[in-house]
Amino acid sequence: MRNIIALAVGLIFGAGLCLSGMTEPAKVLGFLDLAGLWDPSLAFVMGGAIAVALVAFGLAKRRRFALDGEAMQMPTARAIDPLLVAGSLIFGIGWGLAGICPGPAIVDVGFLNSRALVFVVAMAVGMLAQRLVGLRLPAPGPIGQDA
Amino acid sequence: MTLDWAHFTPWSSLGGGLLIGLAASILILGAGRIMGAAGIVGGVVDPRPGDVGWRLWLIAGLLLAPTALALFSAAKAPLIEASWPVLIIAGLLVGFGTRLGSGCTSGHGVCGVSRLSPRSITATGLFMLTGFATVFLVRHVLS
Repeated sequence: MRNIIALAVGLIFGAGLCLSGMTEPAKVLGFLDLAGLWDPSLAFVMGGAIAVALVAFGLAKRRRFALDGEAMQMPTARAIDPLLVAGSLIFGIGWGLAGICPGPAIVDVGFLNSRALVFVVAMAVGMLAQRLVGLRLPAPGPIGQDA
Repeated sequence: MTLDWAHFTPWSSLGGGLLIGLAASILILGAGRIMGAAGIVGGVVDPRPGDVGWRLWLIAGLLLAPTALALFSAAKAPLIEASWPVLIIAGLLVGFGTRLGSGCTSGHGVCGVSRLSPRSITATGLFMLTGFATVFLVRHVLS
């Protein structure tokens, strides 16, 4: 059940990323280029996604179990700690350099784009590096407090 | 500020956003998990026993999405123009940063903001800030 849900979610998420323009680095960079010719389209992506997800998370917060019977694993971390701040600042630099974030990177590999594959391999190495340097949130939640 | 009307796609971007929101809604209500791409990949790179399978299925869905989309319409193949060194450095920073900061555009930017999480709202503001700053430096200062 969970695997079927996950596959469907991946397909819908991926289709949404394609339709929205997020899989096009030029489109993302056009949004991040406030001082040049600015393309505000990606604000509509976030607006649309949040409009729908706001309702779902409002419902999810009041439930202890998901529809597949498993416990609802809502993130538990509360503190705005230095790791959150540093990590987000670093992520933004990488995002601004190539115009690619993790979801669209995977979808672009699905387009059989070799550059996207190089990006994803580097991203996985970056994730491993983070684990190896051992910088961890001081009080992680039970499971999946990561978003 | 000058708007790029030639590339502005409010309707398809809004439509794509609605689909992304729908996918996040199905995952949280159906399986109780946050739809954060970095977190989902991170859980494969650094696996926890019994918590890997669904991640692989979700990643399979992302990989198959272009093919599935091509059944309905011509999915536009992406054009990645960044040089190899830039791609590698960007990938390393994105991987390291999203794990250190516990989330990316989907995990913090969509799901976290929709949960009204102060952590995620802060993270989203910060990665957008350095995203804007990086593009400004690359396009308007260094070049």
